[in-house]
Amino acid sequence: MSFAWAKPYEPKAPLMRWLDERLPLPRLVYGAVGGGYPVPRNLNYWWNFGILAGLFLTIQIVTGIVLAMWYYASVDGAFNSVEHIMRDVNGGWALRYIHMNGASFFFIVTYIHIFRGLYYGSYKAPRELVWMLGLVIYLLMMATAFMGYVLPWGQMSYWGAQVITGFFSAFPLVGEPIRVWLLGGFAPDQAALTRFFSLHYLLPFVIAAVVILHIWALHIPGSSNPTGVDVKDEKDTLPFHPYYTAKDGWFAAGFLLVFSLFVYFLPNYLGHPDNYIPANPLATPAHIVPEWYFWPFYAILRAFTVDFILPAKLWGVLAMFSSILILFFLPWLDKSPVRSGNYRPVFKRFFWLLVIDVLILGYCGGAPATPLYVGLSQLAAAYYFAHFLIILPLVSAFERPLPLPDSITSAVLHHETEQGPAGTLATGRAAAE
Amino acid sequence: MRYILGLVGAVFSVVLLISFFSNVSTYWSSPPPKTAEEEFHLHPKHLSLASDGPLGKFDKQQLQRGFQVYKEVCSACHSLSQVAFHNLEGLGYTEAEIKAIANQWPTEVPSVNPETGEPATRKALPSDRFPAPYANDTAARAANNNALPPDLSLMTKARHGGAAYVYSLLTGYRNQPAELLKEFPAAKTPQGLHYNPYFANLNLAMPPPLTSEGQVVYAPGNPKPTVDQMAKDVAAFLVWTAEPNLPNRHATGIAVAVFLLFATVLARLAFLNIRNQKKATLVRETGVLEPENQAKSKRAKRKAGIDG
Repeated sequence: MSFAWAKPYEPKAPLMRWLDERLPLPRLVYGAVGGGYPVPRNLNYWWNFGILAGLFLTIQIVTGIVLAMWYYASVDGAFNSVEHIMRDVNGGWALRYIHMNGASFFFIVTYIHIFRGLYYGSYKAPRELVWMLGLVIYLLMMATAFMGYVLPWGQMSYWGAQVITGFFSAFPLVGEPIRVWLLGGFAPDQAALTRFFSLHYLLPFVIAAVVILHIWALHIPGSSNPTGVDVKDEKDTLPFHPYYTAKDGWFAAGFLLVFSLFVYFLPNYLGHPDNYIPANPLATPAHIVPEWYFWPFYAILRAFTVDFILPAKLWGVLAMFSSILILFFLPWLDKSPVRSGNYRPVFKRFFWLLVIDVLILGYCGGAPATPLYVGLSQLAAAYYFAHFLIILPLVSAFERPLPLPDSITSAVLHHETEQGPAGTLATGRAAAE
Repeated sequence: MRYILGLVGAVFSVVLLISFFSNVSTYWSSPPPKTAEEEFHLHPKHLSLASDGPLGKFDKQQLQRGFQVYKEVCSACHSLSQVAFHNLEGLGYTEAEIKAIANQWPTEVPSVNPETGEPATRKALPSDRFPAPYANDTAARAANNNALPPDLSLMTKARHGGAAYVYSLLTGYRNQPAELLKEFPAAKTPQGLHYNPYFANLNLAMPPPLTSEGQVVYAPGNPKPTVDQMAKDVAAFLVWTAEPNLPNRHATGIAVAVFLLFATVLARLAFLNIRNQKKATLVRETGVLEPENQAKSKRAKRKAGIDG
């Protein structure tokens, strides 16, 4: 595993020794989340959200498998089968509300996890692949969530499917045939519903597989940390178990408490009422909006209103896909050798600007397309692209970072976050050159 | 590579800014006309029901009154397809009462004549869902000036505002305000529609269903059946039809929350225990003379100026 001082697994019980000699499964677990994985000792609570994302993936898979035992993927029966689950299946309402809100909470923890990575430079060498695999998981999550939302075959399911598959028809020539091929028809219908159900059942397991790659790639260099300084010796780390298992454990319990408040007391708060109306291909809802976790992208899509060389719709679709794809280039866009935003005064300001920017995009994406909200999302979307593709490379070239601490341990002891005692410390810039 | 990406970013940003300025100039030169909906649409009135809040339960007496309103007024046009007669147990009716209700229901259930195989109808049984008042959507539209009365099972979950919306809509019918007609002469309520400011486009095909006090006669011991009271009762009933498991959900939620709170506190204590051990180890490793290690409490640290 990652560091020389990582302790090898030594089975204590005879049964475990017997098992370990034949199938080293205990060794694998010990090396992944046991005492065999040394972790920087200074991780803060923002580092808890990766485990939480894993927890919500598990919740979604378990509740989803049981829901699939009752769900009936047919345009005539899907809506009623969901209501049957809600009304007549034992505990069905709980399963469905957990699954429904679980999707939202999976996105909440994933967004926090992504922004933590953005602030602390977790995407930088040597963790570029960890970052990129994470983005692959995120893309798969979006596809899975979209198809899951279609399954109840309510009004928003139907019209959401109509709008989102309509993105493809923005591409000239090939677009419309691709859309028809994806849907298995000219509009969402039985063929689309059945294949979405099939893929909605498949993709979570693909996500689980990519999660394994994500963790595997992470365990080569080991976890990053709030100072962004590399681990130097054993003093800088703690074995994952028991310190981080205990820290993750209590935080997960507390987070599930918040989750359960939504599931049991505000189960429909994050959803849209129109999805309790059965799908009707002849009646378009007044405002078609996707689920909240797609709102920032929906705002970017709607922000393009002028046919400038290309049609506005094509601009919107290209920009929307690009807004995620550019994140794959982030390790090479941000050249600063300093990882943590704590030591990057200029970067830090732009980071918080980006957070506000994405929140504005999210708000505008959920609001009706009035001139005010469209105008606001046009400015916010312009900043989004400028941030990653122009500002970040410039900042990383011209910014003068603050002095970095000598080591993680000295940072822990002296609470060096903003300014350390500068005398003995090299600046991040000098250290890199 | 970075230059190409920078160019991509610049192109997107420039196109967005062009869109923005064209948006602003359009808005400036020809601001979108105000609509009657924007100015006269009202948000639902406040409605408080026994089922509100995290401890909310159903008021069965009220649900029975609401069911009576549905049966005698709404069911003439609106179906309730997700609810079965036997579900009325949740309202406190006995098995015999439910049998009688099903048996006397004015619409019969489609079936097949066992002798001829011809389509036929039979009296409803407790196991049946509430039969729809019309044979199909076309029949429903034909009888209602081409408007389709929606199914009411999920109504309070399928509209913004839920039960408060249903209550407001039922009590919100009025004459079109003179100011509206003065400002928007074209927005006069068309023939066959009815003005209601709680409805999204202000004009509703449904005629006012609850018009006079005593339209439904409540059993003795119940509140007076004013229009307001009947509207409240039927809104409460529709909360039940949309989610009959609601009290169960609340009770489970309280139990889950208490359990998780307890688990969180225990796990937190276990974590603090481990953290203190780790701190002690760190002190041994780094030497007791470290100022951080010498300060025993948060206050001592602040005094020594360690905790900035």
